[in-house]
Amino acid sequence: MSITNTASAANAGSKASGTSAILLLLRMRTFVALILVFAFFAFAAPNFLSYANMLIISKHVALNALLAIGMTFVIIAGGIDLSVGSIVGLCAMVAGYLVLYGIDLGIGWTIQFNTLEICFLVLVVGVFIGLINGILITKLNVAPFIATLGVLYVARGAALLFSDGRTFPNLAGNPAYGSDTFKLIGSGSFFGFPLSIWIMVVVALAAGYLATRTPLGRHIYAVGGNERGAGLSGVNVDRTKLFVYMFSGLCAALVGLIISSQLQASHPATGETFELNAIAAAVLGGTSMSGGRGRIGGTIIGAFVIGILADGLIMMGVSSFWQTVIKGLVIIAAVVVDQIQQKLQARVILQQQAA
Amino acid sequence: MSENHPIGLSIRGGSKLYPGTQALKNVDFDLRMGAVNVLVGENGAGKSTLMKVIAGVEQLNGGTITLDGSEVVFSDKSDAARHGVGIVFQELNLFPNLTVTENIFIGHEKTRAGIHIDRTAQTEAAKALMKRLEQDISPETQLGNLRIGQQQIIEIAKALAENASILILDEPTSALSAAEVDVLFRVIGDLKRQGVGIVYISHRLEELIRIGDYITVLRDGVITGSRSMQGVDIPWIVANMIGSASKEFPKTGDHALGNEVFRVENVCLPSPAGGYAVDHMSLSVREGEIVGLYGLMGAGRSELLECIMAQHPTSTGAFYISGQPVREKSVSGRITRGLALIPEDRKRDGLVQIMTIRENLTLSSLPDFTRIFHLDLKAEVAKAAEFVKRMAIKIASLEHPVSSLSGGNQQKVVIGKALMTKPKILLMDEPSRGIDIGAKAEIFRTMRRLASEGLGILFVTSDLEEVLALSDRILVMANGKLTGDFPAGADAAAVISAATPNLSRVETP
Repeated sequence: MSITNTASAANAGSKASGTSAILLLLRMRTFVALILVFAFFAFAAPNFLSYANMLIISKHVALNALLAIGMTFVIIAGGIDLSVGSIVGLCAMVAGYLVLYGIDLGIGWTIQFNTLEICFLVLVVGVFIGLINGILITKLNVAPFIATLGVLYVARGAALLFSDGRTFPNLAGNPAYGSDTFKLIGSGSFFGFPLSIWIMVVVALAAGYLATRTPLGRHIYAVGGNERGAGLSGVNVDRTKLFVYMFSGLCAALVGLIISSQLQASHPATGETFELNAIAAAVLGGTSMSGGRGRIGGTIIGAFVIGILADGLIMMGVSSFWQTVIKGLVIIAAVVVDQIQQKLQARVILQQQAA
Repeated sequence: MSENHPIGLSIRGGSKLYPGTQALKNVDFDLRMGAVNVLVGENGAGKSTLMKVIAGVEQLNGGTITLDGSEVVFSDKSDAARHGVGIVFQELNLFPNLTVTENIFIGHEKTRAGIHIDRTAQTEAAKALMKRLEQDISPETQLGNLRIGQQQIIEIAKALAENASILILDEPTSALSAAEVDVLFRVIGDLKRQGVGIVYISHRLEELIRIGDYITVLRDGVITGSRSMQGVDIPWIVANMIGSASKEFPKTGDHALGNEVFRVENVCLPSPAGGYAVDHMSLSVREGEIVGLYGLMGAGRSELLECIMAQHPTSTGAFYISGQPVREKSVSGRITRGLALIPEDRKRDGLVQIMTIRENLTLSSLPDFTRIFHLDLKAEVAKAAEFVKRMAIKIASLEHPVSSLSGGNQQKVVIGKALMTKPKILLMDEPSRGIDIGAKAEIFRTMRRLASEGLGILFVTSDLEEVLALSDRILVMANGKLTGDFPAGADAAAVISAATPNLSRVETP
């Protein structure tokens, strides 16, 4: 009797550990996907593993990752921000305009800015547009999808109006004003890594800290999980939502700055459809579109999966049409696996409670 | 009398088991046609289970249902509807965005060839129903534009459209104005004359005596009284509802009450339907005192608590904590001042279901673990663990989602969250709703202990027995007003009649 008991107990134990191993694998799925994608291209694409190529890919990923970090907070809080691509475009135009012309006061005087001042002003513009999103959503009760869709159009239109649809070329800056260092944002490097990658790393670390180690981060999760409940627990729901949209605007402004500096030119169409890539990275990284769930680390990995997939396929010479199809399939697969993991996890917890 | 009212449906030996509880024990019930069969009992007595069994929503585990002389088993609600049983639930199941006609025929549309909705036929039928119910409502009106009372009538029309010969009405008057109640009662009178058998459930005892022909009283799943309404009075109903043997309630502590800790003055909340949801309410709570706020659904009790917790910007009135006015307009401000709310709806208002037990427990007290902006996770875990122990919450891990807990343990998490903010006044809205007996007793003991530690507790309940046994003082609300203030050990009948709004209006017109 006792023997069979031990045997069945051991059996149950191995079964449980089997489930938890699968669960662990599922929980790390984005990371597993990253390794798989990486390994695949390391074999399939020549020169993929070269240092230069890694840097290029990272630079591409950095832009999407920055937007996706902002997007992750918005989605965790139960919203969506469709306007980030347009904010990138508008901020790029603002940066270009300030480098080229400064601000004309209209009385024969023009204020010229140095690089730091330009950066500051551009970031303020991004945060301000985020604030508009937030006010529309919290104070005027517009659904996030609609509010940010409207702002998407307004900001894109404003970007086009800035230059009548033309490009601001040749943003070399002027040493006399201290704006000649503007190009360094995109081309400068620090300890051998491009500045844009450093910006992503710093923002990602700050965002990760914010999400896990500050009351504000906890509030973001609570608002997305149950807005009423959070409000009744003393969470300032409106302020939390305002923050996530402003932070998303800030991230978009950073991307606008980096792009206009990298190209040394500002084009009003910059950033079109970037919002979709940002959402894709967040979702791939395990952020739940219904709010309350997601991690910054996951989003970063998600951004890398998308970036490596895109650049790797290009290096292999796969047509861009197929790339689009593959990207879509990967995103769908990610969500399907996510659902499976949720179910399995709930079951394991119930078993543990029963035990 | 029974000769005029043939038995249409009867249940013999009906039993219904739910996991953990037996909702109906060997129930014999006769439903008489052309009459109003009144069903009364405390919350959880088994009224709604009995009603759901008749309407086919739930099935009996034991016993039989006989309809017009032959035994039947209703597999689901639509099966019961085919047999002529219609039900109007307390919560309206209507679509405000559709027209009256569309609402009446939703789910059983009149069609041609099964796909094309026959609008003319539906409109004609809806018109005929409105005429039968003496309502001057155009079938094309969008339902959302009707008053709640009219919407209730539409629900009845919906049941009649399926040729219901048995109509179950669950608390149909809880949201109605006096005039609308009169209309409803006229409609019920007409239906009776047309031979419809009506099951009528309500907490308003005077109303039952006025409208009912037969009465059945349930207590803890057992029928404790069943007779013709002739000669029935409120004391008889109350005696059968409550019985002599009381459930286990912790004895009222004999600690001395302290000073007044909380005072509400002249709180008003305008109601969207006109008038006031909370009508010039004033009350006070002393340290160590448990004040029970009793009333029927829609009396404005939850709304009052929400006003106290800054949920209604349109409300007016003043609050004082230990004599100091509360000027804070935000929930967090009021929490800091020492107020804490245990909301009625745990799932919707009390918890963030996908967050962990730890995160839910500490959600209102995060500033306690924060230096400037840094959250001290170690201190947080320690505090959460301390409260899990103190509240005796049964968990496997602090890091599991709170949704994995049972109702009683979830409620303890909500209470733990409130207590972690070190409140002076605890507001509890139906603290025992939806949890099993054992957890209930535990929560009542906790309330007693907290009161003896000097906390002032204001709790809302619809359970008469609970309010009588737990309160140091009983306040009764009806129609947004304070209608009664009783000491502990008050007479049950007096409390009930204070809770029934507008006694005069239930006199037969």
